[in-house]
Amino acid sequence: MREVAVIGVGMNKWGELWEKSHRTIWTEAALKAIDEAKVDRVDAMVVGCMSGGLFVGQEHLGALLAEQLGMGPIPGTRVESACASGGLAFRQAYLAVASGMHDIVLATGVEKMTDVDGGAATFALSTAADQEYEGFHGVTFPGLYAMMARVHMQRYGTTREQLAQVAVKNHAHGSLNPNAQFPMKVTAQQVMSSAMVADPMRLLDCSPVTDGAAAAVLVPLEWARKRSSGPFIRVAASAHATDTIALHDREDMAFLGSTAKAAEQAYKQAHIGPSDLSFCEAHDCFTISEVMVIEALGIAERGQGGKLTASGYTALDGKIPVNPSGGLKSKGHPVGATGVAQVFEVVEQLRGACGARQVKNARWALTQNMGGTGASTVIHLFERV
Amino acid sequence: MIGLARHWREIPQRYRYEAARCDKCSAVYFPPRLVCSKCRGREFTKTVLPQTGKVETFTVIRVAPTGFTDEAPYAVAVVKLDDSIRVMAQVVDCEVEKLAIGDRVRLEFRKVQQDGEAGAICYGYKFVPEA
Ligand SMILES: [Zn+2]
Repeated sequence: MREVAVIGVGMNKWGELWEKSHRTIWTEAALKAIDEAKVDRVDAMVVGCMSGGLFVGQEHLGALLAEQLGMGPIPGTRVESACASGGLAFRQAYLAVASGMHDIVLATGVEKMTDVDGGAATFALSTAADQEYEGFHGVTFPGLYAMMARVHMQRYGTTREQLAQVAVKNHAHGSLNPNAQFPMKVTAQQVMSSAMVADPMRLLDCSPVTDGAAAAVLVPLEWARKRSSGPFIRVAASAHATDTIALHDREDMAFLGSTAKAAEQAYKQAHIGPSDLSFCEAHDCFTISEVMVIEALGIAERGQGGKLTASGYTALDGKIPVNPSGGLKSKGHPVGATGVAQVFEVVEQLRGACGARQVKNARWALTQNMGGTGASTVIHLFERV
Repeated sequence: MIGLARHWREIPQRYRYEAARCDKCSAVYFPPRLVCSKCRGREFTKTVLPQTGKVETFTVIRVAPTGFTDEAPYAVAVVKLDDSIRVMAQVVDCEVEKLAIGDRVRLEFRKVQQDGEAGAICYGYKFVPEA
């Protein structure tokens, strides 16, 4: 396997982009990454998109989007793993370069979620759960995470206030990110008094519905070294694991087994542990998600994720900042694009290009992108070399 | 949102709670599957799920997906059936505000979705308070 580097990334401000089509927001991000990488060709393209079919009535995205690039009949592959589609697209691009199959691969993610109304968007997202044995009963994603939260709160004493602190922290980080959809700061009181969506998850516990895209260009590290003097962003590990699709089939409903498994593999590949991380971008689709993710990543002890968050350990000026970008909570969550946008943030941070939200002395970074209630997780590790 | 054939296939589970017990290790699957995740066994015997159990976790859906918007707010719970596995379903005929982890419930045959894409009424199970 060849060592792989990310040499260009692209994304634009996310939000409700009513004036722009699915293909336009994708192409804008893709071109930014290609221009930044200063490459005159792309050998293959991978796009992560959860549901072109349900959100915009369009499938066959590999061909449709490859055509938009104007680079001829290159292979275009669409991958889907619910909200982990973007992370999986990046992984497929990584594998293509690492294996030697292709030299310059464009990893992208996109979702256009605001062309449909709220009920249809909620339904589209709910297809990431077991349609026949969860969705059939009218459960939603906020509802599933609410049920996970209730187990966590009862077993470990995680408090409502601790969950709110995830949102407070991530909105504070997002307020420093010009690409964030909701860059406003929020208080714990505002989170805890926002509208109830699925008890105990309230509106400000949930990531928003977002239109957006992100892209990254991957090449062999040796190839990058010949072109410039660096520093380079090396992909140090790529791991992917799955778990039961239905929450109720899971041995422990308050633990993210797929994240723990993928993290274990990733740390092993890179010969590092969680304490070596300079920061991480985690899949905070709900406040409880981040609490459970940092436990599965080994940043917090099991059951202590809420307490650790409230202590400031994961804040921008803490020991291991989590979601300096603002996370899904503040930056937005166009489901298929999220995993690639995590890579965008990591690359910008490791380059030292993040201004007010810059993590000091960043060297090692982790991205954790998750589908469903954790039925799939994709983790990557990056190192500045 | 469920087509006729698709709903019809699930009738043994939705109407009669039919599950499969692994002949080798006794693990129970609902719905039945072809390979046991615990021991990779492929021989199963039909079993019927117990119809009472205890709430392990629950939520009250206030923002509902298409097809359920008229029913909100409604409770959904994960219930550990007595000496058996967990299943998920709505909890009805109760005050959702008073629902709690540990509550005893039992399965009842009810209408779950009405007027799906195929215009069919979909029946299935819901939980009600045991007492
Ligand atoms: Zn077995």
